[in-house]
Amino acid sequence: MSPAFARATAGKPIVLFKGAAAAGALVPAAWLVYGAFSGNLTANPIDYITDTTGLTALSLLVITLTITPLRRLTGWNELIRLRRMLGLFAFFYACLHLSTWAVLDWFFDFAAMGEDIVERPWVTIGMATFLLLLPLAATSTAGMIRRLGKRWQALHRLAYVAAITAVIHFWWVVKADFREPRLFALALTVLFGFRAWWSWQARASSR
Amino acid sequence: MLIRNAPDIRSSEITPKSLYLRRREFIGAASGAAVAAAAALAPGHADAQARTKLPNVAKSKYSTSEEPNSYEDITTYNNFYEFGAEKDEPAVNARRFQTRPWTIRVEGLVKTPGTHDIDAFIKPHMLEERIYRMRCVEAWSIVVPWVGIPLASVIKQLDPLPSAKFVEFVTLYDPIKMPGQRVPILRYPYVEGLRMDEAMHPLTILAVGLYGEVLPNQNGAPIRLVVPWKYGFKGIKSIVRIRFSDTQPKSTWEISAPREYGFYANVNPSVDHPRWSQATERRLGEFRRRKTEMFNGYADQVAGLYSGMDLRRNY
Repeated sequence: MSPAFARATAGKPIVLFKGAAAAGALVPAAWLVYGAFSGNLTANPIDYITDTTGLTALSLLVITLTITPLRRLTGWNELIRLRRMLGLFAFFYACLHLSTWAVLDWFFDFAAMGEDIVERPWVTIGMATFLLLLPLAATSTAGMIRRLGKRWQALHRLAYVAAITAVIHFWWVVKADFREPRLFALALTVLFGFRAWWSWQARASSR
Repeated sequence: MLIRNAPDIRSSEITPKSLYLRRREFIGAASGAAVAAAAALAPGHADAQARTKLPNVAKSKYSTSEEPNSYEDITTYNNFYEFGAEKDEPAVNARRFQTRPWTIRVEGLVKTPGTHDIDAFIKPHMLEERIYRMRCVEAWSIVVPWVGIPLASVIKQLDPLPSAKFVEFVTLYDPIKMPGQRVPILRYPYVEGLRMDEAMHPLTILAVGLYGEVLPNQNGAPIRLVVPWKYGFKGIKSIVRIRFSDTQPKSTWEISAPREYGFYANVNPSVDHPRWSQATERRLGEFRRRKTEMFNGYADQVAGLYSGMDLRRNY
């Protein structure tokens, strides 16, 4: 660690933490790029890329949603500085996931893609999830937060809806091994449990 | 390119011990032909796998002229939940799986029920190379140069009673050797079945090898079913029991999700899986999807088996 860096981060563990989180969030993408060049993406690379980007997007979305409960539980309020970055990383992987489907899987066969969206519920809900994330990413700038004021918070509650639809999307594509989607559903339940408990407490104490 | 040398491993460590101990039998069976119990390195993998050439494999008129997928593709991308639910897990988790000694129990409506040693079971039959397309229900496909014996000649030898209308196959149940069976994703042991006329069809084989070599564990060693006009999950692996019966067997996937997987499971581009289309598939190694063929391209040979049947209902 350089002295300059040590000085810059002194007393600000959150900066280090944020850097580590960013590096961690980039690992799956780096792994895919490395795998593509070294031929390590299994015999079915398109499926592998689809699975990896989807799983990463969902994981990051759930991690983003843990920031607020973590702040409350630990009292470490600076954690909030990670939230936008992690959310945008989730969106980044959702974009990769969607473009893998459109470009690598279907190679712009819009008729087939349209049919998939209309006829296959898991594709429909996957697409809906992406559409839910779109306005969140678009309003993530400081200017937008200022301009939207109170409405920003209400709008960004959509992240919870998107997490639910993403888990359903995952659930519906699995053949028989539901262990992973079940784990995500459980994580969301716990997160919602905290939220519900806190809002119930807030209401009880304001009475 | 990085060129690596093979690590220093004694051959006794590489060859399964049972095979190693019976090496003289193998050499005898080759009747002068050069049979080498060769330990080769799968390309790109540091792990040594025993690869043994099978002697006297005849070519077959039933083989497709299509280019087979690479040995690497065929042996590292497997659906074999008994060794893990991810495609790359069976190649790792089945590495130490012992396929000798191995017996097959024949039971039900058959003249002489009994238990057969695997080698005695295979021996009376001619080994044939059958290069077949394989279409997975997950909408990917692969071309595999199997080595096997026609199921019809096995059945003729076993001599079922005229009342036998179906054949049921059962995979080994041994959660110690097959770690995937400890995870309740499917009901084990895996069960599959065929109607007698499907089982007697000349395209249907019991595979014991691929690429001219002994079947790798992750592909269903020591013996598995291959029915090329049906979805891959019908190809039950590591068979220990064959039962002749007069009632239609319940197959494992049918039990797991009856709306999604039926007894017949014939490849059919016009009957979709309830959740995804079966109209196209991705051949491993190809970029663009290709159209899925009726009965996986074997319609000329097998369509007659199903004349008059509603394939939408009998999926």
